[in-house]
Formats: sequence, structure tokens, C-alpha cells
Amino acid sequence: MKAKTRTTSKRASANGNGRYVELRLYVAGQTPKSLAALANLKKICAEHLDGQYKLHVIDLLKTPQLAHNDQILAIPTLVRKLPEPIRKIIGDLSDRNRVLVGLNLRGTAGAK
Amino acid sequence: MRKNRNGNSASNVARLEKALTGIVGFDEISKGGVPKGRPTIVCGGPGCGKTMFGLEFLVRGATQHNEPGVLMTFEETSEEMSKNVASLGFDLKTLAARKKLVLEYVRIEPSEIQETGEYDLEGLFIRLQHAVESIGAKRVVLDTVEAIFSGFSNTGMLRAEIRRLFRWVKDRGLTTIVTAEKGDGTLTRYGLEEYVSDCVIFLDHRVTDQISTRRLRVVKYRGSSHVADEVPFLIDERGFSVMPSTSMRLNHPVSNERVSTGVKDLDDMLEGKGFYRGSSILVSGTAGSGKSSLAALFAQQTCRDGKRCLYVALEESPAQATRNMKSIGIDLGKQVKRGLLRFEAWRPTESGLEMHLLQIHKLVEQHKPAVVIIDPITNLLLGSKNELHSMLMRLIDYLKTQEITGFFTALTSGRNKEIEETDVGISSLIDTWLFARDVELNGERNRCIYVLKSRGMAHSNQVREFVMSKNGIRLLPVYVGSGTVLTGSARLSQEARERAESMLRQQTKEEQRRVLAGKRKALEAQIAAMRSEFAQEEARVALVTQQEERRERESSHDMLEMGSYRAGARHGKVVGPNGRITQGDGGQA
Repeated sequence: MKAKTRTTSKRASANGNGRYVELRLYVAGQTPKSLAALANLKKICAEHLDGQYKLHVIDLLKTPQLAHNDQILAIPTLVRKLPEPIRKIIGDLSDRNRVLVGLNLRGTAGAK
Repeated sequence: MRKNRNGNSASNVARLEKALTGIVGFDEISKGGVPKGRPTIVCGGPGCGKTMFGLEFLVRGATQHNEPGVLMTFEETSEEMSKNVASLGFDLKTLAARKKLVLEYVRIEPSEIQETGEYDLEGLFIRLQHAVESIGAKRVVLDTVEAIFSGFSNTGMLRAEIRRLFRWVKDRGLTTIVTAEKGDGTLTRYGLEEYVSDCVIFLDHRVTDQISTRRLRVVKYRGSSHVADEVPFLIDERGFSVMPSTSMRLNHPVSNERVSTGVKDLDDMLEGKGFYRGSSILVSGTAGSGKSSLAALFAQQTCRDGKRCLYVALEESPAQATRNMKSIGIDLGKQVKRGLLRFEAWRPTESGLEMHLLQIHKLVEQHKPAVVIIDPITNLLLGSKNELHSMLMRLIDYLKTQEITGFFTALTSGRNKEIEETDVGISSLIDTWLFARDVELNGERNRCIYVLKSRGMAHSNQVREFVMSKNGIRLLPVYVGSGTVLTGSARLSQEARERAESMLRQQTKEEQRRVLAGKRKALEAQIAAMRSEFAQEEARVALVTQQEERRERESSHDMLEMGSYRAGARHGKVVGPNGRITQGDGGQA
């Protein structure tokens, strides 16, 4: 389980849309919410990003000092570092549409 | 993980442990500070000083009580916060560098946050814990934690998290101040006081008659007695100061030591020794009756004795007062330079009455004077007389507990009886009351002074004339005669007249003595003459008496002889004294 704290994956190159996405998921230990968020995120990434992304999972129980820079308050929080501007999505990422809107992967038309 | 469980261990059931905040006056009214190891809510409207309270709590904790602290701000960045409080004398950066303080800025930007599904605020806890552990903090300030309500929509979750947060700091024994915005009709906008049940402090900032007054009230303090009244407080270059409690008791120490008034003649009027140390003195009088001069002399005397003096001038600027006092030979500037005299001047309209009192308190604490002079105290009378009375009472009580001599001047407007009546309100608070007034006579206005009362000493009952010159002040005995008091040139001319009269009387006396002596001589001569006359008379009378006696003796001898010659005609007719012849036995029948 602990091995999961930092998962870097896939190639760091531009995808078909010319978009490269850098994500950070902040969690605090293996809580159900954190695990759900990670599972949901992985699914979304696999379906929509086609490998054109980089994901860091940061466990704040281990590296609490990292919470400050991204101004993390809620757990879990997904931060889209790139492309700018920075976006934050909090929660277990169970609402796929909102995640996509939040990550700006599906135009703004569908945004509520 | 460091866990300080002092705050809630079972051994503390008997007594609520408190943590001194280090805020001047607050520890007094709360009888020891805020609950140790527990959260306390400090609430109030915008700009009421909540953040200052929290900050000072942290800074004092770090510098005075060796309790490092964490400041978690939700509204101002660490940088802004450091700058804002630098003007108040708090150097947050240095404290942070010395690991006495951690500034943790929590930014909440609703526009960049999207919510999807369930979450909690564990991040906040992690950051707080990280900050606490990095310096071993004992104190925490959360300013203003309710800002999270603007960043997240799930209020149910937020409330649960806030409850958990308070529980969390309690479990770790962190003495915590939580600031909160005042709500509409409630203490805090989000009802945080529901979660913190131990101690709630309310700060208020109100403006009356264009003068702002800050007030603090301990709304609730579970398990502890506290002052429930609203107490004024001040935020200035030295931080937060709360006015100490009004519940002073009359048990202050007294001194038998005497202090000179700075005027020898006045000392003479007070048993030749002056005021009691630690007593309260009032000099009241009409405008220009010399009150300030007496105050300045007393100040100078205090400094000459090597003691400190605080002079609060509410009428003149220090420079002006110093210049004016030079005209009667008092050099206050010198004493200021020596550091013994502290001259403070401000306009009475500058702030409310409570603020004046607080300001005086603060100055006393800074300067540690033996004497406090307020000139004139009546200038503080902006509101009601009651207010001034209560303020004076508190001030005098405070000074007495510190064994500081209080010297106040009071300006009175009326004349004679009225003057004294206006001051009756404060009479009972005053130990020594000098009354200065002017007497108008013969086109002159002269100053008079007398001791209206002086507790605990046999003071003079004389009215003295108050004469100011380059050499200082003299109190001359006035001319009292024919029912009036004469002063000034009237007194001088009266005195000259009396001298002339006295000389004349002297001359007359001698003349009379001479006449008398002459008379005595004449009388004596007369007596002698009469005596000799009497002696002659006496001698003559004696001679006559002698002759008479001899003649009587001779005549009785003759009658005896005649008797024996007539013995035969014993029962015959006897010639009576009236020449009638009566019968010897027949009588007048």
C-alpha cells in the first residue's frame, strides 16, 4: 500500500491535442475517500488523457510540508499544475463530468 | 509525535488551568489568562482588534512565557501580517527565525476550486500539526477560521470539521485563540461559540460623540470567575492593553513618609513636612490662581529628591509649560533631560475618558513615577460628572495601590461657595485639598491659598497670600483685621499705617508716664503735708484731753469735800436739777 504514495506514470510527451497535463493528487493515508479518488482519477486519465499526463500522488501524512505550496486544505485534492492556470478539484472525484470540466478536458459548455 | 496532555488530564478536574496571555490588564480581569490547553473564541466586528489580541497572545507567549506559537491566518498572508504588526512593535520575522513562531497562511480561493464528491479538511489538520511540531508550539491562533465557510459549500461537513479541529487542539493541549467575526445578533457569524464552550471574549469598537472607545468583555468563562463588565482597551505602538479591573478594594498600603510640596511656606502649613507620600492631592481654584505653578514646583521638588514624576498636561504643550514655568524660576527642562520628569501632553478631546485613564495607566507602568500630576483634571470633564468621578476614583485607587502620590489640579469657574460645591463630588477621594482663589480689592487681584482639608495632619487654618516671583512662590500671612482679609498693596499700606500708629502710641505712652510720675510726686508731697498737720492736731487733742482730765479729777475732789460738810442735812430738802424743791418721800403722788 505504501508503495503507492508516489506514482509517476506514462510518457511525458505531448498527446494528440498538443496538451500535456501534469496532475498532483494530495491524500492523507489510505482513507476510503483517498482510495476512491485515486481509483476514479486513474480511470478518467486512462480514458481521456491517453497517456499524455503525469500524475504525482502525495501523501501528506508523510510529507506534510508539501501541503503549503499548493495551499491544500481539503483532502483529497487534485491539482492540475499544467497546463496553467492551476485548477483544483476536491473530493473523491466520483462525479466524472465535473472532474472533466474541472480539468478543462471537455470544453466549458458542459460546465454547470 | 509530541503530545502535550497537560490541558485535559484527569488531575485537572479540581481547577481550571490557565495560560497567561501576557496582554496588559487582560490576565488581571480574566484572573490568570485564557484556559490552558483549550480553545478560546475572540469575536467582534471588523477592526475591533481580534487579530491583534491573538497576535499579542502569541508574541507574549513566545517572548515572555517561553511558549512558541503558531499563527494560522486565513485572510492575510504572512508577509502582510508581519508588515501590519511591525508598526506595533512586533517583529514576527525575527521570532520566526528563532523558531518561536510559525506563520502559516492558508489561502482559500473559491474560484479555482471545483467540488466533486466527498472530502474533508484533513489538509488543514496536517498543516497545523506540521507547524506545531516544527517548533514545539504550545499556543495556536486561528485567524479567522470561519473563512473556510466562504471556500467550501458543504457546511455540514465544515461544521463537523470545525468541531473536530477544536477537539484536536484540546487533545494536544494547545492553548488556542480562535478569532471570529461578529454575527447579526449573534456573537459569531457561524455560531462557533457553540463548539467552544470554555471561554468567549467579545471585543467592541464603538464611537460616541465622535470619540472611539474599544471595549472588551469576557462573555463566558466556564469554571472560572472573571470580571463580567465591559472594560476598555487600547491598541497602540506597544500593543494591546486592557484597563485593569474596577473592583479595587480599600486595602492599599499607607505611608507615613512625608514629601515636600516644593514650597517651604506650604510645607509649613502642613505641619512643616508637606504631603503624605501616596496620598491624593487636589488643588482647585479659579483660572490663574497658580495651580499649575504649584504643580510644577511639586514636580521639580520630586525630581530634586531623585524620584520620578509623570506630568500629564491637558492644557499646555510641554514646551509651553516649560517656558512659562521658567518665569517663576522653575527649570522643568532640566528634569526632563535627567530623565526623571516625563512630560506628556494631549488634548482632552483626543479620546474618551476611559482612554485617558488607560493612557495614564500605561505611562505609569512605563515610567514608574513616584508622583503623578494631572493638570487640570477638570479638562477631562467631557461627559457627565459621574463619569469623571468614577474615573478619578479608579485612578486614585490605582495610584494608591502603587503608592504613588497623585497631584491634581481642578479649574473652578464660580466663586466662593459655589466653587467648593462643584468639587464636592471628588472631595471624598482627596486626602489633601488646597484651595486657591483670587481676591479682588482696591483695583487689585491677588491670589490666596488655604488648606481646605488634609487628612491625618494638623494643618494650618490660615489663608495665605500667594506671591509668585522670579524666585518662586511665597505664601505670606495675610492681614486679617476688621473682618476683612487684605492682600497686595492694601496689605502693605495697612501694615505701614499700623507701624506709624504704633510709633505714635509709643510716644504717647512715654509722655503719660512722665505726667504720672509728676502726679505721684505732687501726691506724695500732699500726703506728707497732711500727715504733719494731722500730727499737730493729734498733739493738740492730747493736751486738751489731759487738761480736761485734771480738771475733772479736781472737781470731784471738791464735791466729796462738800458732801461731808453737808452730812447733817441729809433728809432735808434737795434742790433738784431744775431748781424745784421736791419732798423727799412724797414723790409726785
